[in-house]
Amino acid sequence: MEYILEVNNLSTAFRLKSGWYPATTDISFSLKPNETLAVVGESGCGKSVTAYSLMGLLPKHGSRIESGTALFKGENLLTMPPERLRKIRGSAMTMIFQEPMTSLNPVLTVGSQIAEAVYYHMGVGQAAAKERALELMDLVKIPAPESRYKDYPHHLSGGMCQRIMIAMALACEPDLVFADEPTTALDVTIQAQMLYLLHELKLRQQMSMVFITHDLGVVAHVADKVAVMYAGTIVESAPVKELFENPTHPYTRALLSSIPRLDRDNSELSPIQGMVPGIDDMPAGCRFFGRCPRKDECRPDILPQLLPLKNDPDHLVRCLLCE
Amino acid sequence: MNTVARLQHLGAETYHVFNRNKTSWVGLILLLILVVLAILAPVIAPHNPVEQNIIQRLQPPSARFLLGTDYYGRDVLSRIIWGCRVSFVIGSVSVAAAMFFGTLLGSIAGYKGGYLDSFVMGLMDVLMSIPTLLMGLLIVAILGPSQANLIIALALTMVPRFARIARAPTIAAKNKTYVEACQAMGFSDIRILVVHIFPNILGELMVMGSMWMATAVRTEAALSFIGLGVKPPTATLGGMIREGFKDIMSAPWASLYPGLVILLIVFAANLLGDGLRDALDPKLRNDK
Repeated sequence: MEYILEVNNLSTAFRLKSGWYPATTDISFSLKPNETLAVVGESGCGKSVTAYSLMGLLPKHGSRIESGTALFKGENLLTMPPERLRKIRGSAMTMIFQEPMTSLNPVLTVGSQIAEAVYYHMGVGQAAAKERALELMDLVKIPAPESRYKDYPHHLSGGMCQRIMIAMALACEPDLVFADEPTTALDVTIQAQMLYLLHELKLRQQMSMVFITHDLGVVAHVADKVAVMYAGTIVESAPVKELFENPTHPYTRALLSSIPRLDRDNSELSPIQGMVPGIDDMPAGCRFFGRCPRKDECRPDILPQLLPLKNDPDHLVRCLLCE
Repeated sequence: MNTVARLQHLGAETYHVFNRNKTSWVGLILLLILVVLAILAPVIAPHNPVEQNIIQRLQPPSARFLLGTDYYGRDVLSRIIWGCRVSFVIGSVSVAAAMFFGTLLGSIAGYKGGYLDSFVMGLMDVLMSIPTLLMGLLIVAILGPSQANLIIALALTMVPRFARIARAPTIAAKNKTYVEACQAMGFSDIRILVVHIFPNILGELMVMGSMWMATAVRTEAALSFIGLGVKPPTATLGGMIREGFKDIMSAPWASLYPGLVILLIVFAANLLGDGLRDALDPKLRNDK
């Protein structure tokens, strides 16, 4: 088993008033054990939808998987019975959410919420679950776990709550963790702590991670591979070093050049002109065509495939002009 | 998980806010006194509530009969104490039953949504469109007047109210990130509902419970008054008003005092409900 997660041609659609519209189209990526894939893109580009589709957490009404396969340790997540998926979810495959303060139940103590995850999936007694919860709280570096155990979420800071969420996600030693913008709601110093913690835990626990973010700075820190998403498709995917050294897709290049940098004169930023096309207004061809700086050399009617570059089979780009 | 600690915390917090609203204490203490009196009825009632004494009939309040006697010479005070017992049993059991089934239906409908939600809530709307008293009348007329049937009738009219009260916060809670997080942890729907959503909607239910307790007591009295309540000679507050009604001009005490006690119960339960509502309202809690 070379890959722990292998996603092929995953397409998800949402229902609006006037019919079904694609939220993500033709998503393919694969993840080896212990590897971290960062999925980057702006808000609404389908990063979270991809993770939710794989976790089976999309709302039952108003969304559907159109096509594709997603093999998790050889089993197709998209077609397995809901009961089986539920067993996998929370034990072998877990998720860390964006908003730590609201992702914890306000009326239950944080310790009991971690213990519940252990108790539910590992089939141990309440006492053993509590023991393990305290161990996990120590692992995510919560000081004095014994006294924090009985605290309620509103007693803790955002960073502490996110540590609790991480402890819950890691409770059953998962093989794969989806981290859905886990640092977005936290302030910058806490973000760095969180990234460091996640990195350390990943090495220790031997797990793969899909790290969803819109922060390219974060990507450089955590990822082995990067997939750049735009308007529901992956436009470029490459090992992290390669992507930063040799960005190829016009969108990736524009994205990288729009970041202010300390070592340059930032008196003028270079934003990407235009807007992302709406879900009900997707162009038939390249989704980036309208905003692409090289559109004069290109044609709008052909949807490019995600293909490897000639000189680097690991570097995939969805662009007619890139080879 | 640790239910005791959780309830202790919720209790302490509730106490704190409850304490701020002094009138809720009045309600609680009044209700507690009445409940204790009702529970201790066999010990403290000065006379047998059903024993008739033709010689002593329609006696005004005196040292021997503190609140006088009724048409059959029975001690009004003793009958009130025993009547409270019936009222509280009917009130609390019917509210508890309605709360249980209503919460079950409402929270499942709210959580599952879709056709199930439409169907269940449609059914509840039909039930709710029948006035409480009329529904009680119907059921008692069909099944016959007895304490159990009265409880069924009252519970049935209150189920839709609790279903509505449970459904709304369940829908609100369902869309919270923590429920999504529970789903991501692979917890079953039943577990999410019972362990994670229920504690969050308990507050609303408790408020409604105490408010509807008052209504249940009142409706029971009304049904007893029109002769569809618990059968005589069992003492009930509504039944006493009815029996004393024909002599209301010459011996008002036989109807007046049970009426006052009904008023007290309803008043106390409503005060308590108001206090609980303030205490459990997250906006009024100071540390949230």
